[in-house]
Amino acid sequence: MSGATSYTRYELLRTFRNRRFLVFSLAIPLVIYAAFAIPNRNDHDFNGSGIPFALYYMVSLASFGTMMAMVSSGARIAGERATGWTRQLRITPLSTRAYFQAKILTAYVMAATSITGLFVFGIALGVRMPLGDWLQTVALLLIGLLPFAALGVMLGHLLNVDSMGPATGGIVSLLAFLGGTWAPVASHGFLHVLALALPSYWLVQASHVSLGGSGWGTTGWLIVAGWAIVLTRLARYAYRRDTNRL
Amino acid sequence: MAMNTISDSTGIRLEGLTKSFQSAQGTVHAVRGIDVAISPGETVALLGPNGAGKSTTIDMLLGLTEPDGGSVSVLGRQPGKAVEAGLVGAMLQSGGGLLIRDLSVRELVTMMASLYPAPMDVDEVLSLSGIADIADRRTQKLSGGQTQRVRFAAALVSDPELLVLDEPTVAMDVEGRHGFWTAMRAFAARGKTVLFATHYLEEADAYADRAVLMAHGRVVADGPTTEIKARVGSKTIRATLADADLDGLSRLPGVSAVERRGEAVILRCADSDAAIRALLDGYDHARDIEISSAGLEEAFLELTGGEDDLVGEPAT
Repeated sequence: MSGATSYTRYELLRTFRNRRFLVFSLAIPLVIYAAFAIPNRNDHDFNGSGIPFALYYMVSLASFGTMMAMVSSGARIAGERATGWTRQLRITPLSTRAYFQAKILTAYVMAATSITGLFVFGIALGVRMPLGDWLQTVALLLIGLLPFAALGVMLGHLLNVDSMGPATGGIVSLLAFLGGTWAPVASHGFLHVLALALPSYWLVQASHVSLGGSGWGTTGWLIVAGWAIVLTRLARYAYRRDTNRL
Repeated sequence: MAMNTISDSTGIRLEGLTKSFQSAQGTVHAVRGIDVAISPGETVALLGPNGAGKSTTIDMLLGLTEPDGGSVSVLGRQPGKAVEAGLVGAMLQSGGGLLIRDLSVRELVTMMASLYPAPMDVDEVLSLSGIADIADRRTQKLSGGQTQRVRFAAALVSDPELLVLDEPTVAMDVEGRHGFWTAMRAFAARGKTVLFATHYLEEADAYADRAVLMAHGRVVADGPTTEIKARVGSKTIRATLADADLDGLSRLPGVSAVERRGEAVILRCADSDAAIRALLDGYDHARDIEISSAGLEEAFLELTGGEDDLVGEPAT
């Protein structure tokens, strides 16, 4: 087994052994879903949209939960830095690329677990849609999460242990709100243009495929790709300059 | 000169190394031009008080910090290349001195081993580091001393040619220290090069072949530990002695230097036992006699002249 594979394996092992982290990033979306969707499971025409409540809420939480899982996975780096572990890792032959791959893959596994949990829960509450819609939603969500994976790693190298929680919570909530996770913020004007420029907006569009949305046009792909490239660059930069003793 | 060092494929060479940092108080010249050469198989102590520049030097040696000036060669390579080739193991100083959590001790060491091309056997490393009995314990449930030993195991599991230890015994009790140094010696005996930073003269004396003494970012002495010890481990006799002849005092056995301060004389001694006997025999009017050992900090100040401040002087 190569060093990179082995490192990734132990990253996953560590993540799934950390109960507090698992509870906060995986269980919380499920608990919110249970709290709202179970009482409203017989509402098949949410706000007159013709969309069942359980489905609408499932996809909204899928985009929010995965965004949170992605960013907070990366932000755990702040804790590793505080112990001196990141410096220790730098004096091993593990490459920067392998390190990033392991962090991002771990975040993706968390996000995928989060999606699976919500979708299974949704199906149990009677959510039904064509297989093609399920697949397209999941595929676009996973691609749309790339900027958030990089954002998490970047924040992990910039923040300290104390600021990590509030900063990630605040940033994710703000992005979720402006991106229209809970409800569209505006249909025209400045806030609408701002929303269109955010990666969270396109994550929401990805989840709305299952609500009859059309997914991403060229604009969506370009914006997601742009954020992914810029944030990956910034994350690399944050990692490279982060060599000091803490 | 630079040509020689590039073609020299063994050992460590630091030449004209400088590093400054910006701080709230101004520019801190952490390392001010040091030259050190270490041969393969040597165990060298980097000795100095806090703020001497030891950790900054180690960071440059490991490629964690870019020097402002000068060059570093580790086993004939740039530091980054030596690290990439898996030739260097290190136990760094860290804020908490902690490990990543949620792995067992064995898993952590196994993971470190998997990052290197030709690691040692994990069980062998666990027993060499004295942590075989806690191999199944989670890393977040260890004492300070156990944590240090696990970090030692993580540093040497790669079977590195060069092992760098930055103040490795900080969190250890006396017994732990002894066990640790025994393990380090066992590793060095395999023909490995070891460089360790410490501010304990006793550690340098007991476990290194040679000590490089740093103060204020400079190397102030470099040689066998016995020599360094004679320079910094000296004792001082202070006595009130009117009309003393300094020449006579300086010829007393065991005395290396004499100084007058008002009514008092200060004798720096290589052998204070011999000096005090001779002083009492020859100068029966000596009063208020005090014998004190110069602390390392004090001795360092003396060796550097004590006049140069860490802050504010232009880099050399």
